Amino acid sequence: MKYTPSRSSLLLAPALAWLTALMVVPCALVLALAFFRRGTYGGIEYTFTLENFGLVFDPLYAGIFLNSARIAGTATLIAVIIGYAAAYAIAAAPRRLQPVLLFFAVLPFWSNYLIRTYAWIVLLNREGLVTQLLRWFGYTGEPPSMLYTEGAVIAGLVYNYLPFVILACYAPLSRLNPELAEASRDLGASAVTTFRRVILPLTVPGIAAGAVFVFVLSIGNFVTPALLGGGRFQMIGNLVYDQFLTANDWPFGAALAMALIAIMLLVLMAQALLADRAAGRAAEAGGDADG
Amino acid sequence: MTQSFARSLGMRTILILVFAFLYIPIAVLVALSFNAGGLPTAWSGFSLKWYASLAGNSAILSAALNTLIVALVSTAIATLLGTLLAIGIEMRRQYGKGLEALIFAPMIIPDIVLAIALLSFFSMLNVTMGLHTIILAHVVFNLAFVCSVVRARLKSFDWSIVEASADLGASALTTFRRVTLPVIAPAVIAGALLAFTLSVDEFIIAFFTAGAGRASTTLPMQIYAMIRFGITPEINALATIVMAVSITALTLSQRLNRGVIGQ
Repeated sequence: MKYTPSRSSLLLAPALAWLTALMVVPCALVLALAFFRRGTYGGIEYTFTLENFGLVFDPLYAGIFLNSARIAGTATLIAVIIGYAAAYAIAAAPRRLQPVLLFFAVLPFWSNYLIRTYAWIVLLNREGLVTQLLRWFGYTGEPPSMLYTEGAVIAGLVYNYLPFVILACYAPLSRLNPELAEASRDLGASAVTTFRRVILPLTVPGIAAGAVFVFVLSIGNFVTPALLGGGRFQMIGNLVYDQFLTANDWPFGAALAMALIAIMLLVLMAQALLADRAAGRAAEAGGDADG
Repeated sequence: MTQSFARSLGMRTILILVFAFLYIPIAVLVALSFNAGGLPTAWSGFSLKWYASLAGNSAILSAALNTLIVALVSTAIATLLGTLLAIGIEMRRQYGKGLEALIFAPMIIPDIVLAIALLSFFSMLNVTMGLHTIILAHVVFNLAFVCSVVRARLKSFDWSIVEASADLGASALTTFRRVTLPVIAPAVIAGALLAFTLSVDEFIIAFFTAGAGRASTTLPMQIYAMIRFGITPEINALATIVMAVSITALTLSQRLNRGVIGQ
């Protein structure tokens, strides 16, 4: 009795049915919802319209999109810089220590997101640890207002997603052939040039994967802006939340969600493109090393 | 020599700073949960009283029970379906990109999108929402994670031993039980632990699919409500317990399945 395609279909069927019924169909439903009109009393009127997508580009909402992109972009940039440095340092540590360091770098990522965000409220509130530290250093003025600022939102996003960047950047860094860097140095390149021309290009896929992850999760986030921004910083996620739970305009909420998915797909495509180009470069570098 | 010394000093500084950044916020929270005075401003002695007060908080206890029910049931379903899915895919050797995308989708779709999609779906079908709808929803992403952990294990699986078992007359079920399962068991358990942790911690999808009323409030929903209310010493204690549970489950999972989760 050999395993046959029909047999494997039998194994796939229950999970695929589940995913179809509870992911594909609901997402298709949201896509459809986006083309309907909002009823007078908040229900859904089943007439076709493109108004909801038009509203997405209304200056008010387009502004929130740009705002979200800026916050997510800043968080991504900071997370990538810190995460890459951390991954580089882990990859440079003695071999037997590396798995341990990596494990502890990723561990916080697996604890509750709300709790990790709440920890920043504890740190940043007016009488929080940061204020206490400032006092301890002799600061006597008004406690600085750090919570409910854009900076707090960005700090929360960086903190929450940093472990993933470390993980994503570590993979290509640990696989890096040390002979390549040595060859570059032997040929007279400075440490900076070696990094910029040899190490960085070969580790772009890791950076791209980490960056995409932070950006996508940040731009759709509604918990961090709600808790650390104190509701003062609307991001797309908050807007979607409002349409479904308070404003009761589901068609517009659906259109916003689709815009979010569109941004995500664009970013993923850009990443795939970058990864392809880097793969080409890596193949070249590998060929050179052999030759 | 000096250059490599400076380099290793630099690397160490980076590691210390990054680990401080990652762990200080959590450490402060844990320390404050044992602070007798309960204030974040002054240490007034070690105490377990905030943990004791949690035990007397019926809202938190019922939320914890709900979370446990959701996590256990959704993990059980996801582990079964996800494992079968992983075996089915790896056995096939060739499969379309569409299938791959379908399985990866729950891991990358923003939570808020899946949350509103399920809310629209359930309310359009007039399904009364509650713990059961949260379970249905949690299986969607748990399934994807279990599947990816088990698949990683199956990559190095030698399918010829399955054929050998069949040639020797074992039924498909016996082959699975006696040949395939023992090989993938650590990955299955690791996947289940991962799913359990994800479900215990999941907030957004639960929030949208729990329906009206407090009866189906889960622990993260309770924590969210408490945080919005302000800082209380009780949240610190609750946060410490929840983190201890997830971190224990994750560490176990990692031990069972070295490295797979990290990939």
